[in-house]
Amino acid sequence: MSDLFKTPLHSWHLAQGAKTAPFAGWDMPIQYAGILAEHKHTREAASLFDICHMGEFLVRGKDARAALSRIVTHNLDTLAPLKCRYGFLLNPEGGVLDDLIVYRLAEEEYMLVVNGACTASDFAWIADHLQGEAAMENVSDVTAKIDLQGPKSLDALDATLGKVLGRSFRDLKYFNFLRLSFEGAPLIVSRTGYTGELGYELYVAAAKAVELWELVVADARVEPAGLGARDTLRLEMGLPLYGQDLDTAHTPAEAGYEPLLSSPADYVGKGADRAVRERLVALTVEGRRSPRHGDAVLAAGGSGESVGVVTSGSFAPSLGHAVALAYVRADASEAASFLVKGARAELGAVRADLPFYKEGTARIKL
Amino acid sequence: MIPDDLLYTRTHEWVLVEDGTVTIGITQFAQEQLGDITYVELPEPGDVINTGEEMGTVESVKAASELYAPVTGEVIETNTELETAPELVNEAPYGEGWLIKVRPAEDIDPEELLSPAEYHELLDTQAH
Repeated sequence: MSDLFKTPLHSWHLAQGAKTAPFAGWDMPIQYAGILAEHKHTREAASLFDICHMGEFLVRGKDARAALSRIVTHNLDTLAPLKCRYGFLLNPEGGVLDDLIVYRLAEEEYMLVVNGACTASDFAWIADHLQGEAAMENVSDVTAKIDLQGPKSLDALDATLGKVLGRSFRDLKYFNFLRLSFEGAPLIVSRTGYTGELGYELYVAAAKAVELWELVVADARVEPAGLGARDTLRLEMGLPLYGQDLDTAHTPAEAGYEPLLSSPADYVGKGADRAVRERLVALTVEGRRSPRHGDAVLAAGGSGESVGVVTSGSFAPSLGHAVALAYVRADASEAASFLVKGARAELGAVRADLPFYKEGTARIKL
Repeated sequence: MIPDDLLYTRTHEWVLVEDGTVTIGITQFAQEQLGDITYVELPEPGDVINTGEEMGTVESVKAASELYAPVTGEVIETNTELETAPELVNEAPYGEGWLIKVRPAEDIDPEELLSPAEYHELLDTQAH
């Protein structure tokens, strides 16, 4: 355990009785009250997540936009300051090195938010490919990321941080953010998240993390939640998890993100990223028994031929049955039903449309 | 929490021996380790289970774990409530969250299972 990283909130989690486990090289809180209770609370009220394991890079300089546009799939020409956008970092073969959100902080200043497990390799890759007058800084160690998610997150944020700062966050639109300051340190409040609910991602100086966390979690509507609930929440929305549903063996098009590949820039992996050999398919399973990562997907109806592999699977608490994502050979991916063969059982599965959970509040107009 | 009137296995099942019937469940420790239980697969009434062999599965959000038969005998009843409310195993592992009742093939020899004191010792060694 000693070689795992700890977030600035680690002691707080332990004091609250959280169960922690290694994730992406960090000792992270997996649950407090229990995954199902935290999941439900996020769908009905608001939950606070410690997401400090994720990485943040700043890229600045007069060529920042042009340089980044040749590295990430995001169309930065149409990304205005104080807006952010989801996209990918690719290898030349179009395989996904990471999925990330790019924030345009100012005219030629960007923040990249990357997966914890990929922080070091992403930084090296981008540094290697950055051209022209653009400098990159890894601010992951000094930046805390705290996510407030749930239909009551706006009310809770206004009543806590908003009260301290003397403002409301009601006008903040989906995938927009604000640059503020908290206790003299820079703060970004972004209306984004990974749960499908109305929510905010807060980026603050690591030294102020506990103070900000305690301020927000003190609101009666807010409970802490761990990465266990974060995973069931994101899977119900069909949001991919890097390392499971996205990897270097698959292109963004295979993961269902072809419409996002609109950047006119000549970025690494462009063209190859549209190749489709397999497709990420959404599957619903009747009953509570869950497919698991690595289970084989078989063609239904006799042949029993193996056509794919489950990448994520779980009981979906808001739906009452199990769901899964699986990469299935493209020519077999249009079938209406499949069999999932696990170590313990064979489960019937039906192809579904995403999101699995359709009541999410993430995009609501306020 | 280790009730005094039960016997235990190294795989964290508990056994209540009554006249001609054995009730089986999983322990408080087991349900805590699993976390929120979402699915329980049990043998059917009429099935025969054999000591030490796999007799079912418990799935939680994060894991799936086998159940092992603590005794040999015929299953006479299963807890059908768990089909729709597997969380009973979390809420009351020694009560409403019981799994199956078995008619043992022969009298239960308590020496072949763990006493409450022995199970307590097992948990101590696993915790450290």
